[in-house]
Amino acid sequence: MSTDFNQHGAGPNPAPSQPSPAPASPSAWQTAVVERVTVETYRARTFTLRLAEPRPFLAGQHYDVRLTAPDGYQAQRSYSIASAPSHPAGIIDLTVELIPDGEVSPYFHEVVQPGDELEVRGPIGGPFTWTPAMGGPLLLIAGGSGIVPLRSILAHREAVAPSLPTLLLYSARTLEDVIYRDWLDALPERAPVSRAIYTLTRRQPDGWSGYQRRVDPAMLVECLSSLAKLAGDQPTEQSPLCYVCGPTGFVEHAADALLAVGIPEPAIKTERFGPTS
Amino acid sequence: MVTRGFFGRRRETPPRPIPPGQYLERGFPVLTAGPTQRVPLDQWSFTLVGADGEPLGEWTWEQFRSLPETEIFTDIHCVTKWSKLDTTWKGVTIDDLLIAAGVTEPPAYLMAFSYGGYTTNLPTWDVIEGRGMVAFEFDGQPIAPEHGGPARLVVPHLYFWKSAKWLRGIRFMPQDQPGFWEQYGYHMYGDPWKEQRYWGD
Repeated sequence: MSTDFNQHGAGPNPAPSQPSPAPASPSAWQTAVVERVTVETYRARTFTLRLAEPRPFLAGQHYDVRLTAPDGYQAQRSYSIASAPSHPAGIIDLTVELIPDGEVSPYFHEVVQPGDELEVRGPIGGPFTWTPAMGGPLLLIAGGSGIVPLRSILAHREAVAPSLPTLLLYSARTLEDVIYRDWLDALPERAPVSRAIYTLTRRQPDGWSGYQRRVDPAMLVECLSSLAKLAGDQPTEQSPLCYVCGPTGFVEHAADALLAVGIPEPAIKTERFGPTS
Repeated sequence: MVTRGFFGRRRETPPRPIPPGQYLERGFPVLTAGPTQRVPLDQWSFTLVGADGEPLGEWTWEQFRSLPETEIFTDIHCVTKWSKLDTTWKGVTIDDLLIAAGVTEPPAYLMAFSYGGYTTNLPTWDVIEGRGMVAFEFDGQPIAPEHGGPARLVVPHLYFWKSAKWLRGIRFMPQDQPGFWEQYGYHMYGDPWKEQRYWGD
């Protein structure tokens, strides 16, 4: 993000020499109990965790998970929070995509069950977050499991700013790969100014009339137009706030396309990841 | 705490120790909070700024590339848990930049600042005596824009967020102050061997 950290000049930095607490900074390692495991797709599961030490978090942040083998060997990974900050205190949903030859995601998918204890710490991450004070309208662009932190933003927006025009453009390989599909399809029923649009890049169901190509500038122009229609007669004083999350290549491509259709750089927030094994 | 049913797959044993909590990565992941910056070389410049805001030195791309070159062979460690071994970087050491600017006693801390607005703070000790460079080549090729080209800071003994991409300059400071990620709860120093990922580590 390049919005509010312009320190190109050489003037004195007004920030204190010791950082004051960030709005939502990570705890030390703590124990979380797995309350529930939800199968989202054939390769995505959501783990609902009850934290021993509840922490406030911002929509878009993530948690670190640390697994320890009997011989002391440890593996750590980061997983985005899928649930909204307004969720009951101390309860978070982490959605984990299975990377078959990975180390941590197969453990989650094959071993973890309700009642298990996991070591976690968080929340972590700052720029890729949304708070109601930031306003909108919102254009959220997801590639694959990049939907997870955007799910938190969508749910938070629904709870605190249901009239904020919001469009999700979700690129997935097939319809079966779309995580939270029922919840996303019902977005307009819960808040008429929000909707999800899919682009299915590898295989489409019979009769599919939606997008079936990679995100490109022409698609974004149409999405921006749809977003403007969702906004209706609401004045749109500012450019949409754009959040892009997904694999590196996807984010590079989508962020460049946003710039190409005239979205100013400070309005584009990105989170890139490779597969987390 | 031993995690029930976890034994670890450890597909690949590192040829030498890597910092705690890290795993080996063969690729080169990209982590940036905004769009990739693309800075044309004819518009690129690098600036050294003193603690009172006074300019100490400024180089165009051509001038920068006429400075002495140094190559380093090193491992790098990202706070997001991946470590990449055996990387080669070519660039200009901070020592050579200071010599070119005629700076003999730089203040104790610095803020690296980048095109796009990114900043990160470092003790000056950690970039001098060969510990840090402004790199323009990675593994024999110009650094790709998504990896921070035309030039990025490389301080391999600290977590890689300290190695600012799209580097535009360095501003010295008498006292340590948090940069971009540091204000969001990432550690002020970031030693991977002490696993200094976040505040309080």
